[in-house]
Amino acid sequence: MRGMSVPSHAGAAERAEVPAPLLICEHCDTVYRRRPLARGETARCARCGALLERHHGLGPGTMLALVLTALVVFVEANAWPIVTLGLNGEQVSTTLWGMITFMWKQDAQVVSVLAAGTLFFFPLAKILLLGWVLLFARAGRRAPGFRPVMVALHYLHPWTMSEVFVLGVLVSIVKAHLYFDVVPDPGVFAYAVLVVLITVFAGIDLRRLWELVPERPA
Amino acid sequence: MSALPRAHELGLIGCHVCGLVCRDAPVPDAACPRCGSPLHRRKTASCARTWALLIAAFILYIPANVLPIMRTASLGDVDDNTILSGVVELWVKGSPDLAVIVFTASILVPLTKFLVLATLLVSAHRGSAWARLQRARLYRLVEFIGYWSMLDVFVVALLTALVQFGVFSLVAPLPGVIFFGLTVVLTMLASMSFDPRLIWDGRSDDD
Repeated sequence: MRGMSVPSHAGAAERAEVPAPLLICEHCDTVYRRRPLARGETARCARCGALLERHHGLGPGTMLALVLTALVVFVEANAWPIVTLGLNGEQVSTTLWGMITFMWKQDAQVVSVLAAGTLFFFPLAKILLLGWVLLFARAGRRAPGFRPVMVALHYLHPWTMSEVFVLGVLVSIVKAHLYFDVVPDPGVFAYAVLVVLITVFAGIDLRRLWELVPERPA
Repeated sequence: MSALPRAHELGLIGCHVCGLVCRDAPVPDAACPRCGSPLHRRKTASCARTWALLIAAFILYIPANVLPIMRTASLGDVDDNTILSGVVELWVKGSPDLAVIVFTASILVPLTKFLVLATLLVSAHRGSAWARLQRARLYRLVEFIGYWSMLDVFVVALLTALVQFGVFSLVAPLPGVIFFGLTVVLTMLASMSFDPRLIWDGRSDDD
């Protein structure tokens, strides 16, 4: 859908917030009047083509269920070994944390910190914070600390890289396969499921939670 | 006023964090009433910051490619791999399709980011009206592909942890991988600090 109608000047009170249901394109600052979207519909900016909004089919309850699933799978992906290599009957396997601590000992602390952040701490923080907000949103309430949590989620967003890691595991398996016996372990399957869940979440604009749960009258 | 009004023409400002449409009050340190983040029309010092981060990333990108990223040793036979030689090895030893993926993630994507961001910065600085829609699309592409460059860093980390068979076979990380990881982070920060709204600022004689 293209080109929504243009707003007229709405005479609003002194408040900084604008009452009319307007929407500003994040990529080019074009102002649109908001319109409810039908199922499967997306709104695109008529100037720069960026995605403005998409229809949301998932309620907070469904989203919470997905987040909890992601948490379970995330724990499994981290607890279970990812791959086992075999050479002359000797076997070596590793988990994500095995990899992170090993890189630290090998004098690649920068890599170790990057991996710990983008593959463990940030994804975990994202899952927990989102779960916290949704737990209360399901009851139509704002969670304690709603504001800082939502701001934190905004800044965390680009720094979770589990999906890149899964591709990395695949490349490593192929590279190692040339010299070793490679056995994929349960951890890698947990990661595969996690990537599917991440893809589902990538389509959800978390900003709508601001509107979904109204501010409590103080 | 054109058919598609922009926020400043209507005296509005969109919160960069939560997206709330706010009135553009002429007070210093205006904050979003919904999320409390500071309100600004454009990202602060967007061009200067993006240039700085991009140049820093490019400087680190040189050792990232010249220095080896990974050492493989087996029975006294030591072999140091750079990013490019790793791709070549994948290609020669049986999986050209994966070699293409790694080549894209590790070499093509960072180079594309340097070229695209530099182009966007120069054209935005000149207020150019040239190919605005295409430039806006390029920016979104760069934002989307940016973090996939981390692929090689994870591959080295995982192989290091796995290939530990004493004298028979051993993999160790080398400094190149650290420079490469930092390059990826800096290019991500660079593309985040660029403000795509600048593409549409300047002389607007075209719309």
